[in-house]
Amino acid sequence: MRRYRDDPGALAGLVADDRVHRDVYIDPEVFQLEMERLWSRTWIYVGHASQVPQAGDFITADIAAKPVIMVRHTDGKVRVLMNRCAHKGTKVVYDVAGNTGKTFRCPYHAWTYRTDGTLLNIPLKSGYEGTRLEAQGLTPIAHETYRGFVFARLADGPGFREYFGDSLSSIDNLADRSPEGELELAGGCLRYLHNCNWKMFVENLNDTMHPMIVHASSAGTAKKLWEGKPADMPKPMAIEQYAPFANDYKFFDDMGVRVYPHGHGFSGVNFSIHSAYSSIPEYEEAMKRAYGEERAKQILGTVRHNTVYYPSLTIKGAIQSIRVARPLAADKTVIESWTFRLKGAPAKLLERTVMYNRLINSPMSVVGHDDLHCYRSAQEGLAAEGNEWVSLHRNFDPAELQRPEITSNGTSEISMRNQFRAWREFMAP
Amino acid sequence: MSDAELARFIYREARLLDEKRFDEWYELFTEDAHYWVPLVPGQTDALGHNSLAYEDKLLLKLRIERLKQPNAFSQKPGSRCLHVMQTPEVEKSDAARGEFLMRTPFLYTETRGDESQRYAATAWHTLVRSNGNLRIKLKKVEILNADAALPSIQLFL
Repeated sequence: MRRYRDDPGALAGLVADDRVHRDVYIDPEVFQLEMERLWSRTWIYVGHASQVPQAGDFITADIAAKPVIMVRHTDGKVRVLMNRCAHKGTKVVYDVAGNTGKTFRCPYHAWTYRTDGTLLNIPLKSGYEGTRLEAQGLTPIAHETYRGFVFARLADGPGFREYFGDSLSSIDNLADRSPEGELELAGGCLRYLHNCNWKMFVENLNDTMHPMIVHASSAGTAKKLWEGKPADMPKPMAIEQYAPFANDYKFFDDMGVRVYPHGHGFSGVNFSIHSAYSSIPEYEEAMKRAYGEERAKQILGTVRHNTVYYPSLTIKGAIQSIRVARPLAADKTVIESWTFRLKGAPAKLLERTVMYNRLINSPMSVVGHDDLHCYRSAQEGLAAEGNEWVSLHRNFDPAELQRPEITSNGTSEISMRNQFRAWREFMAP
Repeated sequence: MSDAELARFIYREARLLDEKRFDEWYELFTEDAHYWVPLVPGQTDALGHNSLAYEDKLLLKLRIERLKQPNAFSQKPGSRCLHVMQTPEVEKSDAARGEFLMRTPFLYTETRGDESQRYAATAWHTLVRSNGNLRIKLKKVEILNADAALPSIQLFL
């Protein structure tokens, strides 16, 4: 398994201008290199600061297939640490969330660490002389918090602002939708096991040529169930949420797509499947009071579809939910789906968010079932001979290679090409 | 209404699911009924907290009609399921109001092609008697590992 490690040309050759070789999805060595390079050199979403409001609060997560802890230290600041005792390698905490007090205490030999990762104490210290303990704590990881979103970078790579650039405007829009400008994760996490490569999921989010086909059986049925109902009958929220997945090509093309350097981008430049939801007057009033009429209109009028913070995080500001890719193997990925409470907004907003998350992102979602069926089917189909390439050609224009930021028609495959250009850059040795 | 009659209703409900007689199953629910699969143990809030499923009759109808669609791709091949149940117990009984809470631990298997999933779960049925017939007002299914990373669950527990 050193074909690509020993041959940088072969690795770079997996990505062409408008197509990629199947090995980016199915080869275990490529997956290993992705974790070491792309997923270590870029900023990976860990969690949200609202999950750890008090000193000692922690969550655990796997990023780049490595166990980490996000914890609030006694100084009030968030830290990200490797979850590995310096002694034998035991994870110092195993729960997904909790409060550890002022220290982490390894369950194996009771080595204790402060919540900034520094070693505090070892039982029966005499005898351990010369153990090379100087730098041995829980390894701290570079991290940045942006409006509560905590990202970590495991190896050397670009700075946070340089990496995300103007794509951060989607996080701003999500947080600005709170009348107080603050978000709080609420309602738990749906965890959906995908037996496919992580990129199939991430690419699909701005693949706007699939919903009217893949979701015809679910969203199309939702539309049919509502057909012929009296015009003055209030449309159930569930119908409002499902039905737009069956919209036509023109709708998705007119939505527009925008991409930024380093693989980030979003569709829904002009409007999205979330634009026609019924208004919640009490919320709109709260927004006007907080921001003034014009600014509130601007915030609520920005209704993006999916924004991808390549490679790990995808957000939906307009419906206040996020999805996080946690890759486990070339053909195994956990997709976490989280929901936010907008501080200062009526409870109805969280209910709408939670309903959307349940209808679309749950392991029991009929939308999710058909998506995952297609990903898995591709994971298996790519083994076929006769064509080793996956096409990303739709609306390809050679001039785009010179342009860092592009706004295009919504059904273009530019977001996938843009992601793979970043992939090739960060996968180089 | 005897315990045996109540238990017979619960068995019949599961059998309709196992035989994929979803239209008949749908008719067992009251107009204001919900089918609920919570996400975490002890969950009491279905609206402000995520669930695996929380469906009213409209959403159940949607799910059932979708299963009939030739383009429901995740059902090629189709899933099968089987409920293996412990004897349903009457947990609470209000004969005057004709309302009963039933508790039924069960093992659930769902297969599709070469794949097979198994869950241990507890069903909580809130049953109401109207016009002499029993109907389901709420079916809550607590999956033992509902908060684990789960693959697609495509039929009804």
